[in-house]
Amino acid sequence: MTQEQVQQIKNSPKYQKLVSTRSKFAWTLTIVMLVVYYAFILFIAFSPETLGTKISPDAMATWGIPVGLAIIVFAFAMTGLYVRRANSEFDGLLNDLKNDLEKEMN
Amino acid sequence: MLGRILSLFMMASLTVAFAAGADLGAGTKAEELNVPAIVMFFIFVAATLGITYWASKRTKSASDFYTAGGGITGTQNGTAIAGDYMSAASFLGITGMVYLKGYDGLIFSIGFLVGWPIILFMISEQLRNLGKYTFADVTAYRLKQKPVRILAALGSISVVILYLIAQMVGAGKLIEILFGLDYEFAVVLVGILMILYVAFGGMLATTWVQIIKAVLLLAGTTFMSIMVMAKFGFSFDALFTQATEIHAKGVEIMSPGGLVSDPVSAISLGIALMFGTAGLPHILMRFFTVADAKEARKSVFVATGLIGYFYVLTFIMGFGAIVLVLGDPAGSYLAADGVTLKGMNNMAAVWLAHAVGGDYFLGFISAVAFATILAVVSGLTLAGASAISHDLYANAFAKGKVDEKKEMQVSKMATIAIGIAAIFFGIAFEKQNIAFVVALAFTIAASANFPVLFMSIFWKKLTTRGAVVGGYIGLISALVLVILGPVVWTQILGNETAIVPYKFPAVFSVPMAFIAIWFFSITDKSDDAQRCIDEFDAQDIRCQTGIGSTGAVAH
Repeated sequence: MTQEQVQQIKNSPKYQKLVSTRSKFAWTLTIVMLVVYYAFILFIAFSPETLGTKISPDAMATWGIPVGLAIIVFAFAMTGLYVRRANSEFDGLLNDLKNDLEKEMN
Repeated sequence: MLGRILSLFMMASLTVAFAAGADLGAGTKAEELNVPAIVMFFIFVAATLGITYWASKRTKSASDFYTAGGGITGTQNGTAIAGDYMSAASFLGITGMVYLKGYDGLIFSIGFLVGWPIILFMISEQLRNLGKYTFADVTAYRLKQKPVRILAALGSISVVILYLIAQMVGAGKLIEILFGLDYEFAVVLVGILMILYVAFGGMLATTWVQIIKAVLLLAGTTFMSIMVMAKFGFSFDALFTQATEIHAKGVEIMSPGGLVSDPVSAISLGIALMFGTAGLPHILMRFFTVADAKEARKSVFVATGLIGYFYVLTFIMGFGAIVLVLGDPAGSYLAADGVTLKGMNNMAAVWLAHAVGGDYFLGFISAVAFATILAVVSGLTLAGASAISHDLYANAFAKGKVDEKKEMQVSKMATIAIGIAAIFFGIAFEKQNIAFVVALAFTIAASANFPVLFMSIFWKKLTTRGAVVGGYIGLISALVLVILGPVVWTQILGNETAIVPYKFPAVFSVPMAFIAIWFFSITDKSDDAQRCIDEFDAQDIRCQTGIGSTGAVAH
């Protein structure tokens, strides 16, 4: 890629839109995942008895178990969410951009 | 030629197996020879050697060898990643931890899992778009090849060797107990098989070994979990109630215990598990086996689902083992002291297989556990060999001016060398305390590999000096802090108190690496620094769009 092509792609509104929407989405999901996980870790560190509370007086299961399982399911759901949006919206933007570039090359 | 080697090898190993059996018959060893397990294991070995033979016909170029020509689909790769990640340490270790400590086992599972979404959002597509064979292709993309490749290779090889030590020692002990074979024989067998898979079948064979193993492991653990739940009328409360009645810790097993006692070690563990996963060379390498970014992201989706499902099963199996193994009325799974399990406490999953499925299912799970180790060591060996041949030989020292044939030869020689080293370490560390090696491997991956990789993708102002100084600071601080920590300093070296009281010191070493990368980059005023910064835009466009990246090779 020549320096000119680099500048041309960088300045293209479609490229800018792709990069900004996608990174915003990826960083948001990353931060959500980090917050969920470290909230869990901090509960374990500072207040283990919260997660050790029984779900109901006559149940043996504690809140820690549904919370733990929910984090596993949540992590998987987050990957699904990202893949879905990437396959439709981001790949759409990307193909659009690539078509434009090809036209300009010809 | 390969076919002949393989059949000779099969005959030789069968002979040795029967010889070992005859030996045991004479009463020289404590464990009995487990015939169904051995038969099932040899069926697995025969099938995988068949695959290796098939793969060897299709492995011609360097690209075939390192990445199966980029022709693996997202679903296949995701299953193989899950296979890489569900090591014997996860299967036996996490089930064993739930069995011993209850809820605390789940904390580890979650830590191991949450790295995956982050890999998807930040690393997987970027790696696929920028790299070719190893993650150093990405870190050295715009930086000076030689120093950055040497750093990446050192980081990779350290992680690979540490992980291999853990797997080989685990394999030897496991096989001794499960199959009644000698420790040394088991270690040599694992070493030879992994050399055969990798040297002849390359990434294609390694991938299929992983996939088959992942399917077998998931099928076996699903069956075990259903059998456990069926015994309790599919009621978790019934399972938990009986477990708390049997376990010495009683209701404490239902809540977070002393495993993660203070905030700093809790956070440090979290950092090591999360970012360590994103710095494991054998995992990162898998993203180059697919055609494009789309397949790379699909791989992570599939892998996260399978790994998450597997961890839920380990939780059920751990609790199931408390009731059905520890609580077995005849006490048939306990050692002479009546408290610990036969073999070791990590055997909870294996004895549970016997409790729910009898001798033949025990045989099946034993064979699967052995297959698991074989598959993981093959992936590790391939990653180590690639670091030697592609990063050190071809790019750092020959400066990219080598022909592919020569590079592949070096890679195969490196495979054999790593295999022999693994056998040697496996035997040398038999009686050593190796609890620190996995902690050290994850800490190095999180402190040396991950920060450099992350910054090279996202930070424009990264320079060669910053990456190299920061990477070595991460590597050395990880090493020093683990040596001064509780496992090595007190348990192995016998000192009174640890200088660093954390088993996973990532909370210190990871920020140190990032700060050093930042500081030594911004103060770098050399011409090369300016060149690194200038070349970022072109790298970023390829990273964002995949334009110009290496795709699948048509066959």
